[in-house]
This record gives sequence, structure tokens and C-alpha cells, in this order.
Amino acid sequence: MNGEVSALAAAVTAVLLVVGAAIALIGSLGLLRLGTFYERVHAPTLGTTLGTACVAVASMVYFSALGSRPVLHEVLILLFVTVTTPVTLMILVRAAQLRDTYENKPPASTRNGS
Amino acid sequence: MSIVLAWSIAAAQTLLCLAMACATFRILRGPRAQDRVIGFDCLYLNAMLLLLTFGVSSGSSLYFEAALIIALLGFVGTMALAKFLLRGEVIE
Repeated sequence: MNGEVSALAAAVTAVLLVVGAAIALIGSLGLLRLGTFYERVHAPTLGTTLGTACVAVASMVYFSALGSRPVLHEVLILLFVTVTTPVTLMILVRAAQLRDTYENKPPASTRNGS
Repeated sequence: MSIVLAWSIAAAQTLLCLAMACATFRILRGPRAQDRVIGFDCLYLNAMLLLLTFGVSSGSSLYFEAALIIALLGFVGTMALAKFLLRGEVIE
């Protein structure tokens, strides 16, 4: 069912796929390992920016080589994820700060001793 | 499909499944509600990347549309949960 792609396109796709997946895994490991919520917010953005960019570019390269024409619709996913993630995380952190204020916890800047 | 590409797709899918397992663990364990919400955010994003790798391995562009829908609905879901944590109501 699959057509053959050139060796160069296959190699570029392979490298970009593995790098993107590894970056997403590093971000998720950071989500798992870091201590407080305000540190954990930072980690998954590694996957949303560079991880998504690598995988989307790999998909673009593969389908362009497969169809012998430029296939660019993965740019939609890349653009959408890059734009929406900061909006979501900003509202989430604001909610977390509000909940901390309600429960009389110290603000985030003094909790880690930094 | 070349053997290198097949193996790298398998490796990428394994890594993304591990990343989804990390996010699921954070959802289950997360001490507070906002930890679970950010775990959900990470989970749907990794699922979207996994669908893109499925699309590369099968060669059909159907998976791309599924990934786009996951990105759209995941954003809406996370935003609704964050708004709920912020005000206690989703739509004001």
C-alpha cells in the first residue's frame, strides 16, 4: 500500500520523529518528577513547542516525498498548538494562584526559598 | 518503506506511549486539581503526536484530521477546566 520514498526523505523523517518523541518524553518526565505545581507547569511546554514542531515537520517531509508535491497542512496543527498552549497555561496558573490565596498558602515566589 | 523508517516509527511510538504513561500517572496521583488538569493537557498532546506517527506509518492523511480534532477539542476541554478552577463556573 505504501509507495517508496527516497532514502534522504526517509532518513530525515526518521531522525525528526525520534527526536520529537524523545523531547515530548522529556517534557512528560519533567511533569512527573518536578516538585511543585509552578515548576511542573514549565515541563510539558517542551513537548508542545519543539516536540510538536519536530513531529509535524517529519510528517510534512514524509507526505511531501510520498506524493511528490508539497504537503503543508501539518502547519495548521503546529500553529494551533503553539498559539493555544500559553493561553491555557496562563489561565491555569492564575486559577492555581487564586486557589492558593484562598487557602492562605504563601505565594509561589517564596515557597522554593528562591 | 525502508527498514530504518519502520524502526524509528516504532521507537517514536514507544517513547510517546511512555510519555502518555507519565501524564496518566500525574492525573491519577496529582495532589491537587490543577495538577490533574495539566496532566490531562500533556496527555492529549502526546496522543496527538502519537496519531501523527500513526499517520506516517500508514501513509494515509486521515490521521492528520483526527490529530487536528484532538488538538481543537483538547484545547477547549483544558480551557473549560481551567475556567472552572478559576471561577467555579465555565460560562459566565
